[in-house]
Amino acid sequence: MVLQSSLKSCLQLSCILKTPKAGFRSTMSGGLIIQSISNDIYQNLAVEDWIHDHMNLENGQVLFLWRNSPAVVIGRHQNPWQECNLRLMRQKNIKLARRRSGGGTVYHDLGNINLTFFTARKKYERMENLKLVVKALKALSPQLDVHVTDRYDILLDGQYKISGTAAKLGRMTAYHHCTLLCNADKFVLSSVLRSPYKGIKSNATPSVPASVKNLFEEDPSLTCEMLLDAIAEEYATQHQIDHHITLVNPADETVLPGISNKTEELQAWEWVYGKTPKFSVSTCLNMVYKDSVIDVKVDLDVKHGRIEVCNIDLPEQWLPPALCSELVDSFTGSKFCPNEITTLATTLLRVCPQDDEMHSRWNLLCENMTRLM
Amino acid sequence: MRSSCRGAGRLVCIHRVRSCSSIRFIKSKYVCVFDKSALKFSHQQRLFRTSAVLCGQIVQFKLSDIGEGITEVTVKEWYVKEGDSVSQFDSICEVQSDKASVTITSRYDGIIRKLHYNVDETAYVGKPLVDIETDASKGVAPEEDVVETPPMSHEEHTHQEIKGHKTLATPAVRRLAMENNIKLSEVVGTGKDNRILKEDILNYLAKQTGAILPPSPKAEIIPPLPKSETVPAAPKDKAHKIPVSRPIVFSGKDKTEPITGFQKAMVKTMSAALKIPHFGYCDEIDLTQLVQLREELKPLAQLRGVKLSFMPFFIKAASLGLLQYPILNASLDESCRNVTYKASHNIGVAMDTEQGLIVPNVKNVQVCSVFEIASELNRLQSLGSAGQLGTNDLTGGTFTLSNIGTIGGTYAKPVILPPEVAIGALGKIQLLPRFNGKGEVFKAQIMNEASDCLKKKERKKEDLICYSVIRCIKSCHYRSILQNCKPKLSIACCEDARHKLKHQIIEQLFCFSKCKSPLGCSYQDLTALNCR
Repeated sequence: MVLQSSLKSCLQLSCILKTPKAGFRSTMSGGLIIQSISNDIYQNLAVEDWIHDHMNLENGQVLFLWRNSPAVVIGRHQNPWQECNLRLMRQKNIKLARRRSGGGTVYHDLGNINLTFFTARKKYERMENLKLVVKALKALSPQLDVHVTDRYDILLDGQYKISGTAAKLGRMTAYHHCTLLCNADKFVLSSVLRSPYKGIKSNATPSVPASVKNLFEEDPSLTCEMLLDAIAEEYATQHQIDHHITLVNPADETVLPGISNKTEELQAWEWVYGKTPKFSVSTCLNMVYKDSVIDVKVDLDVKHGRIEVCNIDLPEQWLPPALCSELVDSFTGSKFCPNEITTLATTLLRVCPQDDEMHSRWNLLCENMTRLM
Repeated sequence: MRSSCRGAGRLVCIHRVRSCSSIRFIKSKYVCVFDKSALKFSHQQRLFRTSAVLCGQIVQFKLSDIGEGITEVTVKEWYVKEGDSVSQFDSICEVQSDKASVTITSRYDGIIRKLHYNVDETAYVGKPLVDIETDASKGVAPEEDVVETPPMSHEEHTHQEIKGHKTLATPAVRRLAMENNIKLSEVVGTGKDNRILKEDILNYLAKQTGAILPPSPKAEIIPPLPKSETVPAAPKDKAHKIPVSRPIVFSGKDKTEPITGFQKAMVKTMSAALKIPHFGYCDEIDLTQLVQLREELKPLAQLRGVKLSFMPFFIKAASLGLLQYPILNASLDESCRNVTYKASHNIGVAMDTEQGLIVPNVKNVQVCSVFEIASELNRLQSLGSAGQLGTNDLTGGTFTLSNIGTIGGTYAKPVILPPEVAIGALGKIQLLPRFNGKGEVFKAQIMNEASDCLKKKERKKEDLICYSVIRCIKSCHYRSILQNCKPKLSIACCEDARHKLKHQIIEQLFCFSKCKSPLGCSYQDLTALNCR
């Protein structure tokens, strides 16, 4: 029964979005509420992209509801090394995504809901959207102390951030999206959003850290489904449309032609890491070797996620100078990525003189270098 | 250098101009006459591609209102640079204001002449963002790329109005449409803001002509034009005929990229590898027994959460062979004067990942059981696919096995990875007919195995190494280990009562480390087993 209705909903969406021969997308009138059936961050970001690029919102608007399995999402102009603990994320298999809107870094998991308000560029109005959310929350749980700040955050009990906002403006359309913490894993959140990397100098947009709390902690009866439903209902009321949520499958090319290209683009290394604004790393490696600690000064310039300039200051003769310069030369142009550096260095080692001592020093240096990434 | 023009465009000299850093001569090609009426093509006219715009009029494109009362933004990224040509609606830059990222698009067609801000500078609403040099003439949109074609109204290919919406397409796309007599209004655009992309034109053509276009959008292959379908009106000039089938015009461009990082390192290693004098040997091995054994042991391994492939068996067999022929587990120094016999058998397994060929190794195989090897291999494989192998996993290898069988190959000629002296390549196991001693045909699981080893220039060493390989493979050890591998205790398999015991014993065999004989253990050990 449920399956049937969701199928019906999907078809409805394709009717609205289907393009007649002339390449003319039908104009939205009124409003549309859609929800993604996927929990993949890249697919869902691709849907946002698709709607932004392809829907004509002159007379209508869209509310998009989505949730993701654990992922860290950085803003368009941010530096992931500055914002999160990439090492920990790799270990825990938490994905990293870069969204197209601005703003700071957030952590998503299934205990967090995401709302995107699509409007015509002229009707871009973040405050209204957030007030709508607050109204829906209060309708659901009247004793909740929630309000919107002038930084477009939603605070619980006057101090805990439960929602962050970001926006993207194009030529004709715009969207404003925000998160909402229902029962996310706060422990993981705080550990992944703390960067261990030192010595980074960058003009990338920094995030403003804030204490967070889950709505669930205030009102244990709340679930993500309830929140999504309440917000959809409020939206439907305000825009005088049917409280009907259309399900959308972000992998469906027939409904969303060109969507898989968008998903691929968002997953590509060139987008996620390569779009990091130029930055430099200036730090000191304290390498523990046998019974002593070796201080190695490292200076790197990273552009488009690749090492543009590399300077490693090793103690004299610790590594044969020819090999040292070989290593530095191979780092230059390489991705600022621990896997790349490890495979590169271990491969190069094959054509170096076979000296165990030298090999262990080489490996030590590389391991320490990868800790910067 | 700019072309010159006079007045509203009666007589115009069109020069071929390139704006680049080195000085180039202006080649003046043809002088042509045109006025508005002559814009409908006739074939006497030849208009040439211009890469500069005529009669530059610099327009200051101001940063428009962002909304919400915002007055200033930070420029975050430029999508264009000075000298680039842009079309209306192309993205120019990305600016950020208070958590909002805004894509600024061009209002004009033209050439970027000046960027008013650098990245990270503050830009102000209402103040100039870029200077664009546009075409002076109004009413007619600037037509930059013009080619000889059958007649088609010029106006059709500029901004077409459909139901009050403009069709967006870059000049290159419009040219492609024009060359193929396609009306832009007929094409479904899949680009941003319904913009028509090159792929859309090609798709449209494919449907029209039934031509199968190559999947790569990078190759701009324009299919042959059909005879009469899309030609609208009879050409006035009879001299011009549409050929029945045009040769395919391929206008893809070469792309050069530097080799960096891991690939650069691989180039070095492989070049060094191919300098080593090689001796190769290939043979076929009957693995019927091994296939059977693995089937029996797979569920036992699964109980312990280990995926058991054939590799652990090959790795262990290789190690047992290396015990007999330690020269294969050696390394030569650079001057080829000294051989170092390595004590540990760190057997590398070649893995194909997105980056390329990675060879992590299993350490000290000589003291590991098949099960331990399988478990370690699982660990390396999952780290490998996650891109998280460490330096320790990737260094210290003394011998390598490469499995082409996983991608379906049956033969291989592997390349030795320095500083090792030998490598084995394993093909796919196939079920093939073979003759036995009595001349009867039987089913056999056959695998082709190829080895490569260092061929030394010195006669003596050469013989030693090559001979070792042959002996190792052919005679008693590697091959026979695999061919003859069966549980040392082959209790008759159909006896129910002993069935359970047999399985327990197999399990114990499987888990024992320090195997004394191929894959099994001595009878004394067996008597000390704990039966569950």
